[in-house]
Amino acid sequence: MTIDWGIIIKSMPLLGHGVVVTLQVSALASVLGLALGVALGLCSLSHSRPLRWIVAGYVDFIRGTPLLIQIFLVFFALPALGIRFDEFWAGVVALSLNSAAFVAEVVRGGVGSIERGQSEAATAIGMRHRQILVYILLPQAYRQMIPPLTNELISLVKNSSLLSVISVYELTRAGQAIISVHFVPFEIYTLLALYYYVLIKVLSWLSGRLERRLPTW
Amino acid sequence: MVTPVIQVQDLSKSFGDNSVLRRVSINVDTGETVVIIGASGSGKTTFLRCLNRLEEPSAGTVRLDGNPVMNSGSEKQIADQRSQFGFVFQRFNLFPHFSALDNVAIGPEKVRGMSKSDARALAANELKRVHMSDHEMKRPVQLSGGQQQRVAIARALAMKPRVMLFDEPTSALDPELVQEVLDVMKELANGGMTMVVVTHEMNFAREVADRVIYMENGRIAEEGPPEILFREPKSPGAQRFLRHLTHE
Repeated sequence: MTIDWGIIIKSMPLLGHGVVVTLQVSALASVLGLALGVALGLCSLSHSRPLRWIVAGYVDFIRGTPLLIQIFLVFFALPALGIRFDEFWAGVVALSLNSAAFVAEVVRGGVGSIERGQSEAATAIGMRHRQILVYILLPQAYRQMIPPLTNELISLVKNSSLLSVISVYELTRAGQAIISVHFVPFEIYTLLALYYYVLIKVLSWLSGRLERRLPTW
Repeated sequence: MVTPVIQVQDLSKSFGDNSVLRRVSINVDTGETVVIIGASGSGKTTFLRCLNRLEEPSAGTVRLDGNPVMNSGSEKQIADQRSQFGFVFQRFNLFPHFSALDNVAIGPEKVRGMSKSDARALAANELKRVHMSDHEMKRPVQLSGGQQQRVAIARALAMKPRVMLFDEPTSALDPELVQEVLDVMKELANGGMTMVVVTHEMNFAREVADRVIYMENGRIAEEGPPEILFREPKSPGAQRFLRHLTHE
């Protein structure tokens, strides 16, 4: 087979637009997912049993169903209930909801790993459960939460390619558009793989730097 | 008659089938220093932890200034009541992400609702009391064990507790660091603080305690002023325990 170098050169800037959308979706979904995930994680550490059950049920549902189905649920099923998003925001919402479940588990695990003496000492001076979580346990858990959160972010960026099925014009969808016109699957899918690989490498490198910058005690 | 600061009535605690405390009753008067001794597993630490409800007693009552220490009521009420007891842990349990000053200030600020600057001023005062003014801005890892324990004492004092509970405060320390902590505790006792101290430091007990309690199998086996209990222990258990200690 011969490689069509011309189409590769021509595609690179076209795919650049897809990269921007992929980054937008990923950035929005990771921020929303992180915020919701931390909130859910704190709920799963609360003293309220119903609250813990709700979070456990949510995490179980997200883990037990394919992301693709979750995306379809948000994009196709929610409108039946009167909740309507365009493709872009449906994608962001689906990825955020998915990511939040994993972040919640990271938060729960991170806080749970802090030595028991810490919460006992805080209890002994009269701090309440919520204060202990916020001022004593969470700040100590940040650093060790970075590697699993990075893994989650990496999954999220890769999973964003699934949004191509609801026509979000992100990197994968942009590549498919080129393929459908020029029929060059080998060149373009290889190029897509490279683009994702570089994106992920950069993210891991940034996370490594962040981890080293956070204080140890 | 003056109400004792602490009244303990028939306090019991079991973990499953394992009975750790069996109907312990004592009173502690204002300004009194009570030292609890006994072999490990005798229930001393559990007793202390049941007083401020770090451990939930299985039965019996604890009263502070005549008011029952409750396990019911709002979380805030329980926490407020708990903060009337200062508790010093064997392993210090300082908050590693705070400076010494903030370790002491966090309680007054978050629990008592003081402003940050007032809480820090109070904390600076308490650190001075334990001779740690030069180390206010240091993190716990930068401090020796003895210094950490003194900060932990200041953290408890900052809550203005009615009574201070010490759970083997020098057991985790290198030998050369023990005395600085005992000196601070002695100053507190001499200053009129009510204290209950679980310790193996017999010299401290001899010098500072108003009363020594010997615990065995979750019971108070013997109690009395140190000069009497140490010289002529009556129970065979106490005799054996004290003999072992002097041989060490």
